[in-house]
Amino acid sequence: MMESMTALVFDPLFRVPFITGLLLAAVLPLLGTLLMLREEWLAALGLAHLAAASALLGLAAGAPAVIGGAAGALVGGGAKTALGARGNAAYGFMILVGWAAMLLVAANTAIGDSLGRAMIDGQLYFAAPVDLNAALILTILSAALLPWLSGKLLRARFFPRFEQANKLPAWRWHLCLDLLAAAGMAVGTATLGLMGAFALVFVPAWLAFRLAPGWRWTLFIAALVGVGGYLIAFILALFLDQPFGPVLVAVLVIVAAAIAAVPRLFAVQHRTVGPRPQPSSVLTARDRV
Amino acid sequence: MAGYGRPVVGPLSFTVDSGEVVGLWGANGTGKSTVLNAIGRGARVFGGFVRRASGLTLAYQEQHPVRLPVMPLTGRDIMRAAGAEHCEAPPALAAISDGRIDALSGGQYQLLCVWAALGSAMDLVLLDEPTNNLDPPTEALLIEILAAERGRRAVLLVSHERRFLDAACSRVLTVKAWQGSK
Repeated sequence: MMESMTALVFDPLFRVPFITGLLLAAVLPLLGTLLMLREEWLAALGLAHLAAASALLGLAAGAPAVIGGAAGALVGGGAKTALGARGNAAYGFMILVGWAAMLLVAANTAIGDSLGRAMIDGQLYFAAPVDLNAALILTILSAALLPWLSGKLLRARFFPRFEQANKLPAWRWHLCLDLLAAAGMAVGTATLGLMGAFALVFVPAWLAFRLAPGWRWTLFIAALVGVGGYLIAFILALFLDQPFGPVLVAVLVIVAAAIAAVPRLFAVQHRTVGPRPQPSSVLTARDRV
Repeated sequence: MAGYGRPVVGPLSFTVDSGEVVGLWGANGTGKSTVLNAIGRGARVFGGFVRRASGLTLAYQEQHPVRLPVMPLTGRDIMRAAGAEHCEAPPALAAISDGRIDALSGGQYQLLCVWAALGSAMDLVLLDEPTNNLDPPTEALLIEILAAERGRRAVLLVSHERRFLDAACSRVLTVKAWQGSK
């Protein structure tokens, strides 16, 4: 059983999909931490819907999904910055527009229905060199920009008056994150599926925000959970012959629930095993002695 | 005269020199924070002007520091974000610098943010009600910290606590409500 599993995972046929997904599994959680810092984690789902809709339109016109998806997500991310639409309301509208457009395109094109389903399920095992190249470019851009961007966004988040008081162009780093997130979700949606890409942005960052003792650990834990969850899901989906997107989402949710439950289990055990507290007053109010 | 949709404070004229710790005092609603906002380009100046020295850099600590429900940052992370990581923190802050900021009390977090503003290498530090949530010992520590700023760079702070301003500042100005609003 182990031999057949190993043979499947290391099959040269899956090398491009494996590396493409691995790069995304490391980068998307990092983008997720910055989106969560801005309290805009819903961004990922909004951009994923726009990317899926425009990817389908692109496919109908003969363009690769990753190119069509990137175009739609980048336009969405750029428009959001240009209109000054901060917060999850903007992404709520993106979800609705993207969802409606995706289903309408799917219903009105010859191959739309099956491609729409593939976009939702995730078609990692069919990832082509164009997807790998897109993931590589995203990784290089993120590696170059995130260290600079992280400091700027932390300052903008906790000292929001600083940029205005010093006439600094804050829109540049907000737009930079919006475009990186849009590109990440476009590449992610085209390969990992709509919900798979969203889960990689949301779940590791959510977990890291609760567990990490500091910001650098937040980034490290998010990337670790993303990559770890991806590796488990890759093996499981291959071995059990299941669509990759749902398996990835299930693995990430189970991992998050299990890790998040550990401190609570300890807390319950501590309460049960520890010495019983002596009865004491919790409040005394007295108006005269 | 400064305000938002309409003027809420002024007319008033004053200068702040490098090395001065200047306090703005006044009753609630007199527009003290609006004065800081006008200097920090966050409020509209309806009449007169705010002249900043060429190349002046500002640190601005708001009345209510941003607190998210879940914040996986340490005090050092906040100092780094403010550009104050090379500034040696007082012992009361050094003790809490390595813990997560969402575990700090309101007073501890307030002091951390004020220290982050003061620890940055900005020419003018604007502090809006820096004593919010501070207990008396921490307030005394803040007075010491501000006293050490005298002669180094300019600090302009707003408070409704006159005793604190008298102890911390080299000069205290009284802000009166905008006469036109009556």
